[in-house]
Amino acid sequence: MSLWVDKYRPKTLDELSYHEGLTTRLRSLANSGDFPHLLVYGPSGAGKKTRISCVLRELFGKSVERLKIDQRVFLTPSKRKLDVNIVQSNFHIELTPSDVGNYDRVVIQDLLKEIAQTQQVDLSAKQRFKVVVINEADLLSRDAQAALRRTMEKYMSNLRIILCANSTSRLIAPIKSRCLLVRVAAPSLEEIQAVLQQVAKNVGFDLPPEASEKIAEESNGNLRKAMLVLETLKMQSKDLNSPLLTIPKPDWESYCHKVADLIMSEQTPAKVMEVRGKFYELLSHCIPPTVILKTVADRLVDKMDESLKADVMYWAAFYERRMRIGNKKIFHLEAWVVKVMSLYKVMCTSIY
Amino acid sequence: MFGHQQKNVQPAVDERTQPWVEKYRPKTIDDVAAQEHTVSVLRKALSSTNLPHMLFYGPPGTGKTSTILALARQLFGPDNFKSRVLELNASDERGISIVREKVKNFARQTPRAQAVASDGKTYPCPPYKIIILDEADSMTQDAQGALRRIMETYARITRFCLVCNYVTRIIEPLASRCSKFRFKPLDMSSTSTRLAQIALSEQVQVTNEVISALVSTSAGDLRRSITYLQSASRLSSSTDPPAPITLRDIQEIAGVVPDEVMNNFASSLGADSIPSIFSKLEKQDFDTIRQQVKSIMREGYSAAQVLSQLHDLIVQHPVLTARQRSACALAFGDADHALCDGADEELWVLQVALRVNKAIS
Repeated sequence: MSLWVDKYRPKTLDELSYHEGLTTRLRSLANSGDFPHLLVYGPSGAGKKTRISCVLRELFGKSVERLKIDQRVFLTPSKRKLDVNIVQSNFHIELTPSDVGNYDRVVIQDLLKEIAQTQQVDLSAKQRFKVVVINEADLLSRDAQAALRRTMEKYMSNLRIILCANSTSRLIAPIKSRCLLVRVAAPSLEEIQAVLQQVAKNVGFDLPPEASEKIAEESNGNLRKAMLVLETLKMQSKDLNSPLLTIPKPDWESYCHKVADLIMSEQTPAKVMEVRGKFYELLSHCIPPTVILKTVADRLVDKMDESLKADVMYWAAFYERRMRIGNKKIFHLEAWVVKVMSLYKVMCTSIY
Repeated sequence: MFGHQQKNVQPAVDERTQPWVEKYRPKTIDDVAAQEHTVSVLRKALSSTNLPHMLFYGPPGTGKTSTILALARQLFGPDNFKSRVLELNASDERGISIVREKVKNFARQTPRAQAVASDGKTYPCPPYKIIILDEADSMTQDAQGALRRIMETYARITRFCLVCNYVTRIIEPLASRCSKFRFKPLDMSSTSTRLAQIALSEQVQVTNEVISALVSTSAGDLRRSITYLQSASRLSSSTDPPAPITLRDIQEIAGVVPDEVMNNFASSLGADSIPSIFSKLEKQDFDTIRQQVKSIMREGYSAAQVLSQLHDLIVQHPVLTARQRSACALAFGDADHALCDGADEELWVLQVALRVNKAIS
C-alpha cells in the first residue's frame, strides 16, 4: 500500500506527461552513448527526481530498479565517524551528502574515488560507466564542490554524475560549466490538471474538473503536493462533486495565518509574547523557519495597506538572511515580528 | 600481477568523450588566442632559452594554463616533459606540507640529462625545471611564505610559474620575485574565430548567430564557450536527423533566462527596455510584481542569473538617471551578498524587484 505519488510515478521516459521537448532530449542523450554529466535543477515538486530515475531506467534497463539500502561509515580526518545512508543498485548510487553537514567533502571524496576506481563488473551491462546521483547539490559546501571538480574530469571514463538541485545559484562556476544544465520548470495549471485526471482514471473514480482545477491552483506548481491533496480529499469524502468542496489546509499553514492575524490585531509586547509561543510550537513541529517566515509574510501582505507591503517584504528578506547566518532562529523571527508591528503602528498613528 | 593487468585493461581516454577544451588546447604558444603582448615576450624568452620566474594572472578561460603548458612543451618536448615539469593543481593539494615536501624535493633535484627526442625534432631543453602552481591564489599565506626561500635558493635549476585569477591574493614577496603577465579577457573576434575553427574541425553546423550568442554568454571566457559548444553539439547530434543548433539551445545550456521573460519582468518593474512616455504613467502595484517573481521562480531560473541579467538591463538603461541607477545597484549588491550567505531566493528576488521599482517610480 503505497501513496499515489509513488504508485503512479512514471517509470520510463515514455510515461512522462509534460515537458516533451526535454523528454526527447533526455532519451536521445541516453541512447547516444555519449552521456555527459547532468545538472538537473528546478523548483521542488516539478519532477526532477522522476526524470532522473527515468533516465537511469533508459540507460540501464529494468534492473536499475532493484535497490538496496546500505549504511556506510566514513572516517573524518579528526577520526569522527559518520554514518551515511546510501541507496544503490548495481549500476548507480544515490546519496545526499548534505546530511552530514560540514563533512560532506570526506564523503564525496571517499565514495566517488572508490566508485570511480572500480570498473563495471557485469559484462551484460548496457553502459561501461556507473552513475552517481547527488541530491540537494546546492547544499554542498564549497570544499565538497571543489573536490567534485577534479573527479568529474579525471574519471570521466567510468563515472557520470547527475546533480539534482533546487537552484544553480550556490553551485560554483567550474561545476556548472562541466555539466549539461537541464532545467525542469514547474508544470502549468493545465498540465497538473491533466496528470490529476490521469491518476483518477487509473485509480478508478471520477474527478470533476472543478475539483481538479481547485487542487491545481492550491498546489502552486508543486505536483507532489497536488497529488497528496487529491489523495487526502478522496479519502475524506466519497463525493468530489459537491460545490462546497474545500481543500483542507495543512495545520501549520492555518497556524501561521493565525500568527499573521495576531500581528495585525494589536501591536503590544503582550502580543509579541503570544506570537513567540506560537513560533515555538511551529518550530518544535519541525516546520523550517524560512517556511514559517514566508507563509506569515505572504499572509500579512495580503491584508496590509499597499504602502506597507514593500517594507514588510524588505524586512522579511533582511531577517531571513540573518536567520541563515545566525544560530538561534527564534530571535530573528521575533525581531521581524516586532519590526513589522512597529511599522504598522507608526502607519496607524500617522493616519489619525 | 593482478593490479598490473588491471592497468592494461583501463581504456585510453575515449576520443569522442574527451572534452574539446582538452582536445583543442594550444600546442605551441603561437596558437594561443589573443594575448599578443604576453606571447611576444615569451617568444623572445623561448629563443634565448632563458626564463624568469613568472606570474600569470587574469580572469578564467583566458589561456593562462594553456600558455605555460604550451611553452613548457616547446621548451622540453614530449619526452623530457615528465621529468622537467611539475604541475600542481592547488585546488586539491595545497597547504604548507605539500610545499615543504613535494615542491622542495622536486626543486632541488638537478635536472636530468636530456633524453633523445623520439619525434626527431630538436628542442632547446635548457638546463632547468619548471614548477607550475595552478590556482596559486587558493594557496594559504603560510604555504606561499614557505615558497619564498625555495624560489631563491634553487633559482639556478628551477623556474616557477604561478597561475592565478587574483594577483592581490599572492603575497607581495612572491609577486616581486616574478615577472608578471596580465591576461586580458578575450575580445569578440578572436573568440569567435576560435569557435568557428573548432566547429569546422568537429563538423558541427553553426550559424553566425549561434557563435555570437556563445561569445556573449561566456563573456570572454573561452573555456566556457567551448564547453557550451560541445554540449550544444551533443544535444543536436543525438537526435536523428541532427537538428541544427539554435540560439535558444545555447541560452538553455548556459542557464540564461530568455530575453522576453527578462524584458517582461523589467517592464513590470517600470523599467522598460524600450522606454516609452506612457510606461511610467501607471505605477506598478505590489501584487503584479509578486506574481511576476513567483512565476519566474516557478520556471526554475536561478536567482543569481535573474539578478545579473536584470542588473545588465538597468545599468544599460537609456533614460534612468544616475541616482536611480545607483539606488538599484545598491539593491543588487545587497542581494548578491545575501544569496552567497544562502538566503531564500524568492524573498530576495522579490526584495530587489520592489526596491528597483521604488527607486524608479
